Amino acid sequence: MSEYRTVVGLEVHVQLLTISKLFCGCSVTFGQPPNSAVCPVCLGMPGVLPVMNQKAFELALRAALALNCQIAPYTKWDRKNYYYPDLPKNFQISQYDLPFSFEGYLDIPASLDQPSKRVGLFRAHLEEDAGKSMHDESGQGGSTKVDLNRAGTPLLEIVSKPEIHSAEDARAYLEELRLLLKEAGISDCEMQEGSLRCDANVNIHIPQADGSFIATPIVEVKNLNSFRAVERSIRYEAMRQMEQYQKDGKKMGEVSKCTAGWDDARGVTIVQRRKEEASDYRYFPEPDLAPIRITAEMLERAKASLGELPHQARARLQADFGLGIYDADLLVRMGRAITAYFEKVVSAGADAKSACNWVANQVLTTLNESKSTIDQYPLTPGILAGLVVEVQKSGLNMQRAREVYGAMLADGVDAKTAIQKLGFVAVADEAALAEMIRKAMAANPKAVSDFKAGKIKAADSLKGAVMKETKGMAKADLLQKILLDELNKV
Amino acid sequence: MSLTADQVRWVAHLSRLKLSEAEVAQMTPQLASIVGYVDQLQKINTEGVKPLYHALEQVNVFRPDALGTSLSPEEALANAPERLGNFFQVPAVLD
Ligand SMILES: [Zn+2]
Repeated sequence: MSEYRTVVGLEVHVQLLTISKLFCGCSVTFGQPPNSAVCPVCLGMPGVLPVMNQKAFELALRAALALNCQIAPYTKWDRKNYYYPDLPKNFQISQYDLPFSFEGYLDIPASLDQPSKRVGLFRAHLEEDAGKSMHDESGQGGSTKVDLNRAGTPLLEIVSKPEIHSAEDARAYLEELRLLLKEAGISDCEMQEGSLRCDANVNIHIPQADGSFIATPIVEVKNLNSFRAVERSIRYEAMRQMEQYQKDGKKMGEVSKCTAGWDDARGVTIVQRRKEEASDYRYFPEPDLAPIRITAEMLERAKASLGELPHQARARLQADFGLGIYDADLLVRMGRAITAYFEKVVSAGADAKSACNWVANQVLTTLNESKSTIDQYPLTPGILAGLVVEVQKSGLNMQRAREVYGAMLADGVDAKTAIQKLGFVAVADEAALAEMIRKAMAANPKAVSDFKAGKIKAADSLKGAVMKETKGMAKADLLQKILLDELNKV
Repeated sequence: MSLTADQVRWVAHLSRLKLSEAEVAQMTPQLASIVGYVDQLQKINTEGVKPLYHALEQVNVFRPDALGTSLSPEEALANAPERLGNFFQVPAVLD
């Protein structure tokens, strides 16, 4: 009995793309000198009043709509009371029983080998971040340093239902969530800078002979600093729980919920303290912050600000451009700006599949190498379309086509000029190609007999010989056709 | 409504209050009377009365997303019992 079903719910916190904090005008820019972006409000001084950042609420609303959530007509904030040195007020302003959004979902997109999967969301709510504690690592007992720059930063907490059933799906969910939030301008989702953080609630269901299953106690895995860490920690934790169950037979409800840290270097989860019960936070309504009544106008504005979401873009690229799932996904993951560039290349005359290949390979490589964005890219869509068309027309092989592309970038010329300058003339003379093939066959009878014996790959060496003789200029599709004709004659 | 001494100790612990046994004995009936008052409110018939989620009747108070004035680290740390450079310093905290 070693088979089990992994059950995961993810709690994701993302920082909203504002310039100031949730309740005060302090800057949220990452990496400022310690305790330089703080004021009486975010330091929790007596007598101060928090006031809601309008942009933060708008972005939160936009996110909730993008995540198919229901929107509450009326929402308020609550104090979550606990003591920690990086929480200067001794409470966090969060949302408890009336979050502004609830009951949504996110679809993990379909791939070539699996259909799309829907993950339900319990809620998304808007809250403030705490400061940052840095612990003395010397092991001397020492002290803890606190920087409160981050305190009061607007966070959206997105809580999924336990409807994720593998480590791979957890990662795919996070990737889709990040893409969605970035594309809609809600968060930059930089894990390195802490603007996307993830905790995973993990347990397993162990099937029993009678068809029922036993659920193990839930463990909340924290300190997940990368998507890879999320994936690895879930896989490890599920295995650990199976081993633990085989040792002590403890089921859900028999021990209280635990938290665990993830040790990335050792690749293990380390189970820590008992999690305090939710009621211990003694939530009560934040008396200093006015509630929000969400108006039809606010909703309309948020809807209008969504733009095309990734799943919509994938569907459109498949329907309008005839791209496959894989190519459509590839483009969408590169972002709206690159997708728009691709579309212009197609309107300028390139066929969609080739345009997608060029954009996803050469264009992306150029952008990465020059660390620039598509709006700084030197070739207009029309010029790139010209290259795609020329390559197809002339039958230049990919290696030669890349050289043409390089020359276009270097000299700022169009494809025709670059091809002329490089002296690339494809050999498309059927008789000449056939002659070269026969010569290659005569020089390599083993390749011919191998091919005849069913080793299709053996034809490659013959093709290679012709390519060598023509310095790579043989028109590839024509060469392929004549080669097969000649081989079939033998 | 009665409260046990253990409940009082637990609430005190959550609020990081150190109560002596004498204080626990004193606080228990005091807190119980407050909770008892709420019990009394619970008995009121509220059928047909809309729930009140917040004492403020005002809604939708926003500020624009604009930078205001922050304190300097010196000002921010002025009340800190201990500091380390421009950080607040607190006794070691273990996660
Ligand atoms: Zn502030």
